[in-house]
Amino acid sequence: MTPLQACLLLSCALFAVGLAGALTRRHAIVVLIGVELMLNAANLNFIAFWRYGPHPEALAGVIFVIFSVGVAAAEAAVGLALIIAIYRHYKTVNLDRITQLRAESRPPVESAGESSAAAHS
Amino acid sequence: MIPAFIIIGLLILAGAAAAMTLRNLVHCALSLTCALGGVGLLYLLLGVQFAGLAQFLVYFGAVAILIVFAILLTGGMEPASETVFAPGRLVGWAVAVLVFALLAGAVWSSKSLPAGDLAVKEPTVGEIGDLLMGRYVLPLEIMGLLLTAALIGAVLLAMKPGGNVPAKPIEAKPATVVGGEEP
Repeated sequence: MTPLQACLLLSCALFAVGLAGALTRRHAIVVLIGVELMLNAANLNFIAFWRYGPHPEALAGVIFVIFSVGVAAAEAAVGLALIIAIYRHYKTVNLDRITQLRAESRPPVESAGESSAAAHS
Repeated sequence: MIPAFIIIGLLILAGAAAAMTLRNLVHCALSLTCALGGVGLLYLLLGVQFAGLAQFLVYFGAVAILIVFAILLTGGMEPASETVFAPGRLVGWAVAVLVFALLAGAVWSSKSLPAGDLAVKEPTVGEIGDLLMGRYVLPLEIMGLLLTAALIGAVLLAMKPGGNVPAKPIEAKPATVVGGEEP
């Protein structure tokens, strides 16, 4: 196994763990944490391909990672602000209970018996 | 490099798995910080100090604090009576395992990956700055615009509807009324 393959396998595992969390957890903040893990897996790929690629002197991978970290920071800020706004409206961040985005609607009272598409969005 | 890589890889994967499975959300945030710090250490190990330190600054300093604030503002932890996983959890795990098998199989069997471990000169901050101010100056400006827009948007979204004015206007001081009655 070459070092590049080791880095890529590690990043695959990190991506899969983040994906599993984002798909199966029901708390919105934990889903956002899973998205952050997936973004970091992608950044790890950029660095690995830059380090072991044929043209490391071009620095394209490093520049890409710097921009990607900036975009991830913006995404985290906006996502968490959205979660706080949703919590203020629904008094919950359970993704199974948040089924509508309309302002007039009441939060549904029944427990999460049915699997809704909102858990995966 | 190999033992350090294995240790850091285990740190990353253990932190990520703990962040995705623990019930207490503050523990989740701490595990996430552990995993992201491991990624930063891996950047340092791979010889790109600038990206590693940027990772430490942004993720340790900003994103972890943001997530902890959001957790504390939205009520702390999940109710102990319910499971932390969504009803469709088996499908989610199956999809994740399938994606990992697909990606790992592709990486493992690929013949076109460069195999060499040639020595790479570490990029200096001066070189990165030259590139950012020269060839990549337009993406840099767009990044600044995006961060400004995200900052304003986050403040607007998290603000209470109707702004932060107090609910009741400040009443006239009773002292003036008392003072008016005295003569």
